[in-house]
Amino acid sequence: MSLLGLVWANLFRKRTRTVLTLLSVMIAFLLFALLQAVSVAFDGGVEVDGTNRLVVGGKYSQIDQLPYSQKQQILSLDGVDKITHTSWFGGEYQDPKNFFAKFPVDPESYFEVYSELDLEPAGALERFARERTAAVVDISLAQEYGWEVGDVIPIQGTIYPKNDGTRLWEFELVGTFSENGEGSDFPLFLFHFEYFNEATLFGADQVGNWTLTIDDVERADEIANQIDALFENSSDPTRTTTEDEANRQFARQLGDMGFITTMIMSAVFFTIILLTGNTMSQALRERIPELAVLKTLGFTDSTVLFLVLGEALILCVLGGALGAGLAMFMGPGMSAALEGVFGSFEVTPDIFVIALGLSAAVGLLIGLLPALTAQRLAIVDAFRRG
Amino acid sequence: MTAAVVCRGLEKTYVKGREQVPVLTGINLEIEQGDFLALMGPSGSGKTTLLNLIGGLDHPTGGEIEVEGQSLGGMSNKALARWRSENVGFIFQFYNLLPVLNAQRNVELPLLLTKLSRKQRQANAETALEIVGLADRARHKPGELSGGQQQRVAIARALVADPRLMVCDEPTGDLDRDTADEILELLQMLNADHGKTIIMVTHDPRAADHAKRTLHMDKGKLVTAGALA
Ligand SMILES: Nc1ncnc2c1ncn2[C@@H]1O[C@H](COP(=O)(O)OP(=O)(O)O)[C@@H](O)[C@H]1O
Ligand SMILES: [Mg+2]
Repeated sequence: MSLLGLVWANLFRKRTRTVLTLLSVMIAFLLFALLQAVSVAFDGGVEVDGTNRLVVGGKYSQIDQLPYSQKQQILSLDGVDKITHTSWFGGEYQDPKNFFAKFPVDPESYFEVYSELDLEPAGALERFARERTAAVVDISLAQEYGWEVGDVIPIQGTIYPKNDGTRLWEFELVGTFSENGEGSDFPLFLFHFEYFNEATLFGADQVGNWTLTIDDVERADEIANQIDALFENSSDPTRTTTEDEANRQFARQLGDMGFITTMIMSAVFFTIILLTGNTMSQALRERIPELAVLKTLGFTDSTVLFLVLGEALILCVLGGALGAGLAMFMGPGMSAALEGVFGSFEVTPDIFVIALGLSAAVGLLIGLLPALTAQRLAIVDAFRRG
Repeated sequence: MTAAVVCRGLEKTYVKGREQVPVLTGINLEIEQGDFLALMGPSGSGKTTLLNLIGGLDHPTGGEIEVEGQSLGGMSNKALARWRSENVGFIFQFYNLLPVLNAQRNVELPLLLTKLSRKQRQANAETALEIVGLADRARHKPGELSGGQQQRVAIARALVADPRLMVCDEPTGDLDRDTADEILELLQMLNADHGKTIIMVTHDPRAADHAKRTLHMDKGKLVTAGALA
């Protein structure tokens, strides 16, 4: 036997009580690990969605153009982070049936705002920014038309003729973009706004929409209203919406979910601490004479303190490890079952470690009072009581 | 050889709220190594209190006390704990075994405080159980043993660290006469064959007969010849 063996033996003084306590701690941490995994999955979902983007368009019609001068005014608003713009170019590639959207954009700010897009090959963004006639396309377009980097792609300017009188716009493909390796359902052909601006016969210094990122999703409505108020009495009034209203609603629910998760866990831990704490104190009271015996035999006050603290610690950490371990074990199955509901659902080793740390903290909290009582216990008083 | 116990003007006063309760009022006592002393007296006369002071379980409020060559007055709790583990074996009326541990482990308990290896601890515990005649009950928990057997385990536990002094507070108070006699014979054997100094508080004159000498207490004082003047 060792000191640890002594702690262990004491834990199983009342087997049923200990097993029940262990079970409740275990279930608390099972819940904790699963909820933690869920909220991580939620966080992951929020990141890929462009919920913190606002789109500014003409107030009365989507085809109204907006002056380039609005850019600085919008950027100066508090809470606005980055801004870029898109315009409907129209245009034809070889045949009117080859339909896809072609936008003149500002290369750098566009890919900053649409940060979820990955450009390939390496250095494509720098080339796109540097070379006036460069273009980049959604990977699904490149696949559909068999385009490769270096190809020159001719586009007939159906709306916008060039100021040299021709309608042929030629672009050199310098890269493709994708999100998580996949193309979009609404694939885009992007080319240099400066090229458009210099070469177009009309429509220079105008954009179709502003797209901007904001610091705080919660302020989306407020900032949208501020933007529209800013231009309300100008010659170019605007209408600002979130990039995807549905997305934002979803994000708000996620926020609520995080809050609910925290509330549930607080309630669970409050109950566990109360319940287990009470069990520990009760167990201690039954054992006052035994603790006095240990002290009589020469166990010091601090050794007795650690023995009692050790019991609470072992019980909680064991419960925490079992609960979080079970969650990890259940994780893959639940992940499959919940696929589509959450982006990715995984009880990671990080969560397990956090659960262990938390269970140790709970153990210390629960064990501290009984342990201090045990430490202060005077031998003679204990025997007179017993 | 130094005396096992020397008390000079030893006093103990408990404080209950604002009230002072003098329990020991000037005890003068000397106990030689190898003695077997019975301490008798009416209930509340201070026998347990004196025994607790000798065993280093409590601090005196006056006078001097020296046990096994160590002056106990003014020692810290921690130092006293260590001193107890090395110098004194305790035997109580109600055995005070840990119910969750089997006999062997109860006996091994004091050795957890030593540097002995696990094997050595187990061997010593087995030896102690053999001395008290309970080697065959090593795996039994206290609840599975009779009162007399439990007291034997308690005696083995008191022996296992090989202290020179054993203090017993009414060790037969909870036992029937025959079992009590067996326990007293065991104590006598430990005194005679193993050289243990034994101080035993008892109510029972027949128990006291097993001791080498008897002292009487009344109202916090020793009243018999044999105490120092
Ligand atoms: N911790 C204590 N606090 C207050 N009074 C005590 C305490 N311990 C003992 N006493 C009192 O001291 C007296 C002697 O007690 P004790 O030594 O147990 O007597 P005995 O063992 O001879 O029956 C009793 O009156 C008891 O009430
Ligand atoms: Mg007594």
